[in-house]
Amino acid sequence: MYAQTFQRPRSFYGQFDRKPGDHLTTHYCPGCGHGNIHKIVAEAIDDFGAQDRTVFVSPVGCSVFAYYYFDVGNLQVAHGRAPAVATAVKRALPDSLVISYQGDGDLAAIGGNEILHAANRGEDITVIFVNNAIYGMTGGQMAPTSLIGMKTTTTPMGRVVANDGFPVRVAELLSTLEGPTYIERVALYDNKTRAKARKAIRKALQNQIEGRGFSLVEVLSPCPTGWGVTPVDSLKWIEENMLPNFPLGVFKDKSAEREHRTHRRQAIAIQDVPGILGLNGNAGNERSAGILAGGPRTSCPPNVDYRLKIAGFGGQGLLFLGRLLAEAGMRQNLHVSWLPSYGPEMRGGTANCHVNISTTEIGSPLVSAPTVLIAMNKPSLDKFENEVVGGGLIIYDSSLIDHPPARSDVEVIALPATEMADKIGSAKSANMVALGALIGKTNMLDKDALLHVVRSMTKKVALLDLNLRAVESGFEFARANAAEESLWGV
Amino acid sequence: MPEGKEKKDRGWTEVHSEECKGCGLCIEACPVCGMHLSDKLNGRGYHFGEYQGHGCTGCGVCFYACPEPGAITVFKN
Repeated sequence: MYAQTFQRPRSFYGQFDRKPGDHLTTHYCPGCGHGNIHKIVAEAIDDFGAQDRTVFVSPVGCSVFAYYYFDVGNLQVAHGRAPAVATAVKRALPDSLVISYQGDGDLAAIGGNEILHAANRGEDITVIFVNNAIYGMTGGQMAPTSLIGMKTTTTPMGRVVANDGFPVRVAELLSTLEGPTYIERVALYDNKTRAKARKAIRKALQNQIEGRGFSLVEVLSPCPTGWGVTPVDSLKWIEENMLPNFPLGVFKDKSAEREHRTHRRQAIAIQDVPGILGLNGNAGNERSAGILAGGPRTSCPPNVDYRLKIAGFGGQGLLFLGRLLAEAGMRQNLHVSWLPSYGPEMRGGTANCHVNISTTEIGSPLVSAPTVLIAMNKPSLDKFENEVVGGGLIIYDSSLIDHPPARSDVEVIALPATEMADKIGSAKSANMVALGALIGKTNMLDKDALLHVVRSMTKKVALLDLNLRAVESGFEFARANAAEESLWGV
Repeated sequence: MPEGKEKKDRGWTEVHSEECKGCGLCIEACPVCGMHLSDKLNGRGYHFGEYQGHGCTGCGVCFYACPEPGAITVFKN
C-alpha cells in the first residue's frame, strides 16, 4: 500500500489568489529558494500543530506576498520593520508563534537597526533571514550582502570595497550580542544542506514554542534570475561564491540554557497610572484632585486663554517655570501646551518657552502673539516686547534690565525678581518669584494648586522651601502692586 | 498512482505538471536519477518535471528540492 509521505503542507492555502488564472503556483521565479523555505516553514507549522496561533510577518521584498500562501495569521509590514512588528505581536499575544520572514535587502539594509535591537532584547520570536546577496524584487540591485566583485544593476562593474564596503555577515554580527538564543547559517544547494536548513528552521520555531528567546536562521538561498544563471547552476553559484564569504554553521546556541521568559515586566494597568503620577489627590490636595476628576475650578476666572512667552538666559529655570504652569493648568482641567526653544548650551545661552493655557482646545503650541511676556533678561525683552498683543502684560526682571519696555499699550510689572530671590536665599529662585507675580497679577491659576505642583515637581528637596517662599513673595509683590495701583488710580 | 502494479517500488513520485515551473532542481536532487523534464509543455509553457516510473525509494529529497508548495507528492510503500 502506498501512502502519501511528502505532500503539500496543510498550512498553505488550498489555492493561491495572487495571480489571476493561476491559483496553483507561487509568484516566485523558477528555482527560487523562497518556495523551499516556505515549504519547510509550513511543514513545521503543521507538525507543531501551531497553524491557528501562528502569525507570519511578511516583509518588503520578493516574499512580500507570503500572505497569499500561508493559511495562518498574516501581517505585511513596512520595509525592514518586521522584527518590531513581530515584537509587538508576540508581547500582545504571548502564546502565538511569530515568524519574521525577511530578505537581505529588508533585514540587512533598511531594517538593520530593527533586527539588531530585537536580537539584543532577546525577543521571543523566530526570524527567517533569506540571504541571496541581491535585491531580487526590484531588479537585482546591490544588497549589503552582495559579494565583492559581484555585478548587479547598481554595481555593473562589480562591487568594489573602496566604494561599497564589504558583504555584511548578519549571523556573525548578531551572534556577538548577549540577547539571541540561537543563530545558525544554512544553505540550499544540495540535499544535505536542504536537510540541515529544515532542521535549523524547525529548531528555531521549537525554541519559540518553548519560550527560549530569539532565534534566527540565515538561509543562503538561490536567486537564479538576479544572478543571471539557470536554477541548476544557481546551486553551484551558492557553493562556489557564497560559501567562502558566508560560512555555514551554528554561531550561537543557548537553547538549552534559556528558560521561559516569565520575568518580562508587565505593562502598568491603566487605572494605576494617575496614582503613580501623583494625580490621585492626597492630604492637602483634595481640591485639585476634585478638579482633575472634572470638578469645578474655584477662585480662578471661568474662561481663560493665556498665551505666554517666557524668556531669559539658559539656566534661569524658565523652561521649568513654563512646565510648572502647564502642569498646574492641566491639573485644573485646562488645555495646556508647552513648547521649549533653546540652544545647545545648558547655561548661559538664551532660552524661551511657549505656554498655552486655555479652556478651549489648543490649535498650535507655538505662541507668536503672546498675551503675557515674562522677560528675565535684556535681550529677551528687546526681542519679544513688540510681539505682545495690545492690552497684554509684560513682567520683566528689573534687577537685570535697566530700562522699562517702550510699549504704552500693555500692562507692565517691573519685578526685581533676582534681588527678591537673592534676599530669600538664592538668586536662582528668580523664576519662582516671577511665577508668583504672574499668578498674583492675573489669578489665572489657583495658587494652592500651583504650590502643590511646585512641591511635586521640584526635584531638589533642599530647594523646595526656597521655591515655595519665592512664589509667595512674588505673589505678594504683585498683589501689593495691584493694591497700590488701585489706591492711586493708575 | 501505482496501485494494482504487480511489482512495487519502495516509493512513487507524482509531479503535478500544472504546478511545475521546469526549474529542474528535482532532477538534480534525485539520488536514483528517477526524474526528467518532459518533452511536453504544460499550460504555462514549461517543460515540466516527470517521474520516469520506476526506481523511487520514497526518500522525499525531490519534495524538499522543489520550490513549489504542491508540485510534488511522494508516496511510500
